[in-house]
Amino acid sequence: MSNLSESKYRGFKADRSKYPEMENGKPVIDLESHRYTKLWQGPQHPGVTGNMAVELIVNGDEIVSAKTHVGYLHRAFEKLMERRRYIQCFPLVCRICVPEPDTNEYCVSAAMEDLAGITVPERALWLRTLNLEMSRIGSYLMWLGGQAGSLGMGAVGQWTIGMRDFWLDLFEEMTGGRVYHMYMIPGGVRKTLPDGFRDRARGLIVRTRKLLYDVENTFLSNAIIKSRLQGLGVITTEMVDEFGIVGPIARATGRECDIRINNPYVKYGELDVKMLTSTVGDAYARAELRYRDLHQSLDLVTEILNRIPEDGPIQADMPNLLNWKIPAGQTYVKAESTRGEHGFYMVSDGSGKPRRVFARGASYTHAISLLEELAVNISISDLAGLMVSLHTCPPEIER
Amino acid sequence: MEQLVKRINGMIHLKAYNRQRDDLFFITVEKSQLELVLSHLKNNEGFTHLAFLQAVDFLEDSKFQLTYMLYNYDIRVNLGVKVLIGRDKAEMTSIHKLWAHAWQYQRELHELFGINFPGSPRVEESFVLEGWEEMPPMRRDFDTKEYSERTFYQRPGRSTNDPKEYMKEKMYKNYAASPRIRRDDE
Amino acid sequence: MNRKHIDEIEKQMKLANEGLPEEERKFFADVIPTRVDPFNKYWEQFLNWARSRSLWMLAFGTGCGATELRPLMTSRFDMARFGIFPRPTPRQASVFVVGGYASIKTIKRIIRSYEQMQGPKYVIALGSCTINGGMYYDSYNTINRLDYYIPVDVYIAGCMPRPEALIAGFNRLKEKIVAGECEGMNEYTDKFDWFKKNQKEIIKDWNMPDYNW
Repeated sequence: MSNLSESKYRGFKADRSKYPEMENGKPVIDLESHRYTKLWQGPQHPGVTGNMAVELIVNGDEIVSAKTHVGYLHRAFEKLMERRRYIQCFPLVCRICVPEPDTNEYCVSAAMEDLAGITVPERALWLRTLNLEMSRIGSYLMWLGGQAGSLGMGAVGQWTIGMRDFWLDLFEEMTGGRVYHMYMIPGGVRKTLPDGFRDRARGLIVRTRKLLYDVENTFLSNAIIKSRLQGLGVITTEMVDEFGIVGPIARATGRECDIRINNPYVKYGELDVKMLTSTVGDAYARAELRYRDLHQSLDLVTEILNRIPEDGPIQADMPNLLNWKIPAGQTYVKAESTRGEHGFYMVSDGSGKPRRVFARGASYTHAISLLEELAVNISISDLAGLMVSLHTCPPEIER
Repeated sequence: MEQLVKRINGMIHLKAYNRQRDDLFFITVEKSQLELVLSHLKNNEGFTHLAFLQAVDFLEDSKFQLTYMLYNYDIRVNLGVKVLIGRDKAEMTSIHKLWAHAWQYQRELHELFGINFPGSPRVEESFVLEGWEEMPPMRRDFDTKEYSERTFYQRPGRSTNDPKEYMKEKMYKNYAASPRIRRDDE
Repeated sequence: MNRKHIDEIEKQMKLANEGLPEEERKFFADVIPTRVDPFNKYWEQFLNWARSRSLWMLAFGTGCGATELRPLMTSRFDMARFGIFPRPTPRQASVFVVGGYASIKTIKRIIRSYEQMQGPKYVIALGSCTINGGMYYDSYNTINRLDYYIPVDVYIAGCMPRPEALIAGFNRLKEKIVAGECEGMNEYTDKFDWFKKNQKEIIKDWNMPDYNW
């Protein structure tokens, strides 16, 4: 009935020889013919990531057309920031992406520093690097649980999300906040490391590695997981520029794009970050790449913990933050999040409030135009796995 | 980068050029020449990645500024291409043929700023709003606080302070009055 | 299957707001819910005790509070030991955890999911943004007070509330259920017109998603 078995790679080149009929290069889907059913996956659905919806037209269990609907989490951050002073913007931005809030904090602080011409002290930069890498670990651990859970494997989620919680405990020690940290304020960071933090962090790294060994055995080496993820959602090298794909998804196709290496920010220039790439470009390659990246993050955290200076200022000399006016200008600051390029475009007009702030999330293109392209010709049961494999994060799409 | 600017300047007239950082540059071009510049940058100069396309509302000049942020993977440089368009009946040429995800930004700008992109696919669809009846909300003259107070029910008890006055009263008044806290030189 | 059968099936599977007059079409529920009074005082007390021991939660992550539900579901905080379990569909759930700010597009789905849930049903609202708008008090797209749109039993303050606070909130809900104070469903029935008036003020587009079955 469907042509799934004919092509090994089910992703990009959708074989539409039978369904639906093509006319002028566009599929003709006649909903009245009773051959197609329209289904909504989401927003109230356990198989979607966060609060978004995918409108599907299916034939049997094969998806012939998909359309993403977002906007369920629109809070108008950019509008609210235009009404707030610069320092009042700061607690807002970490709410833009929930699993990994620190990238937002770094970007907005760095944008303000870039416009105002403030140099951040050395020790604060190291602390920022530590915070960013730790949040990467937390986000990847959550993603591992989601990817396994979307394929019906609940045990990995129980382990990794439980382990992420211990990382959140470290965040709580370091910053005072569990999920939203509000740590990297403009000009530096808020606090230094507490006593004994390094030892506890090193212990947790050992425990996380032990857990990852189990995850590798049960999840990445699992024959069922392999057969479901291999060949799912194949992205070719040509699609990378076409769709603006960034981050691990683009690296899985062989494109060398890691902002930590290409345009080093904070202290990544002094650290030994390797460019991890793969050449297959399917969901399994992405999962493996993220797994390797997680190990690299653990290495980096170990190295950073050894290299953080013991003393020195953690705050630059700042003007009165309550009445902080930034000279007019425009800037774009980006950082590598677990989903890819995360950037803030900030326009200042010389007053105490920003003229315009735009948060560029990597999921913006991944979840809409790319997902709509890749979802065609796969089975409904694979859609959740595909969505998690693209690591879509709805709040950063609609902000 | 200077050579690139010279090359583009040989093609068309650049209105402005400035360097923000070592890896971030901005150029301003005419509205009519934008598509030419973008396709040249994409096809010949290696700026293949469109990071975003966004608008800034300059209400005082009654202009919208559109920013197309491009990235070059070889020389690892971001280039922002800025265009100024009129604010009334704002309209811009669509670039959905150059990048497959550009229509998303154009749909967002159509909904949140009211900028029209003729020919862009699905530009009339709703992106984040549903049943919206006011003016496009991201325009500067839309007052979100006033709308929120008018539409949603407020729970009493929320108080607002001017941060400057509040902190002055909270910190410095007590500081001056308190007998226990004294500086050494006093 | 011939055309006649198909027509018959289509007639049975019509949309909830189809076939109603134009004014009433704007109501989501096609009938106004009816009030359910306790059958017997002591029997009701027993039922309340039983209900408080098996709270089935609707797994609808409406906002960022849903992030803290995941640690709560998994091994570290493990809410299954309190008899709380996530369910994928509103028909099987008895507790609706509204995870934070509700944008206008989401509140429409929240109301629809709430109306689909079978009684007795309880609502827990997480975060400051459901109480008074929180840090989004001046946003044009998020509501400020959730209790004007659906009846709320327990509020949990915080941005966002920690898993321990969620457990405390669930325990408070249990106490309230045992004491017979959670009459949110009957409140919704009694003040149905008032709730609908408030809902209609913010939700302008009441169209249902278009299914073809």
